[in-house]
Amino acid sequence: MSQDRQRLAISKPIQGAAGKTGTWRVFKPVVDKEKCNQCGLCEMYCPDNAIDADLKVDIMFCKGCGICANECPKKAIEMVREEK
Amino acid sequence: MDTITEIPKEEFILKCTSACAGCSDSLALRYVLKAAGPDSVLVVPACCTSVIQGIYPNTAFNIPVYNIAFGAAAACASGMSNAFRATGKKTNVIVYAGDGGTLDIGIQAMSGAFERGTDFLYICYDNEAYGNTGMQRSGGTPLGAKTTTTPTGKTDAKKDIDAIIAAHSPPYMATACAAYPQDLFKKVQKALTFRGPSFIHILAPCPPGWRFSTEKSVEIGKLAVKSGMWILYEREYGVLTINPQSKVAMKKPIPLEEYLAPQGRFKGIDARTLEMLRQHLAKNIKKLLAEEAAE
Repeated sequence: MSQDRQRLAISKPIQGAAGKTGTWRVFKPVVDKEKCNQCGLCEMYCPDNAIDADLKVDIMFCKGCGICANECPKKAIEMVREEK
Repeated sequence: MDTITEIPKEEFILKCTSACAGCSDSLALRYVLKAAGPDSVLVVPACCTSVIQGIYPNTAFNIPVYNIAFGAAAACASGMSNAFRATGKKTNVIVYAGDGGTLDIGIQAMSGAFERGTDFLYICYDNEAYGNTGMQRSGGTPLGAKTTTTPTGKTDAKKDIDAIIAAHSPPYMATACAAYPQDLFKKVQKALTFRGPSFIHILAPCPPGWRFSTEKSVEIGKLAVKSGMWILYEREYGVLTINPQSKVAMKKPIPLEEYLAPQGRFKGIDARTLEMLRQHLAKNIKKLLAEEAAE
């Protein structure tokens, strides 16, 4: 890399580039495994990819928007207030 | 029927961007990048996407991104695309701009790039105002919507950018909505197969700007389509195809109030404006149906 290029502001991809966004959360998604039928809609609609393929919520990064609970056809996800 | 498994599991946005909770811009971008794949470059003018990337020197986007001045996105992409093609590379060049960067500030660079026939994909994600500066009115704000610069509701209609793009006769153009990710995924994949400029206009409901609670992002997007306020279609070499979802909505739309009521920006909309909005909607539907029937 030349000297000139190094003067450009270049960012590197890394997990947690905006910090641990889980700390923003007011309500936490809690999955009722009994009701869940593994349809995967929560994973599909999660804007931040905080739900993985096994439908586990990444609590470190989930911002608690509640889209998963709202879109769940089985109403298997409940938003519970975080305890401080 | 589409299945979710068709969509690759690979993610190009690492956890986590600094987008607001429930942001449908990041939802749409997730699927745009999944469809585009690793051999793509994103050109981002000033918009929400340029501020949600993370804190320098880190970024959440695991794909090359070029941040550029507000009016210059399409011009930059033109140069990039030409350079890639000249060196024999097939890299996808994608402009990911907001409605301000497309309808207002970026329109001349975009129009130029479409006229020159640049081989690129221009995506406009439309949250119908200048979101990251605090929701000021843009050309994309619909009639009657309150923003910080139109506190009593906008008095002008939304600019019909799709008609402007259609006048450039690109090989492919489409509208999509963040609430229908599979449809969006398919349209982006299709758009990238065309040589020449293509355009996708995505409706991205914005919880803080439209003033609804974060969990309703996807619900509002669906209501927009079901009420006919947002019509999903694609135009391939000038031939219009309206999506089945919108066909249903045109025959049996849900009442417009069902879409407007959950949004704080339409609170207290007067009867006259509502009627005007309804007339605009009917006119738009009629125009599209006539165009489809003519083919």
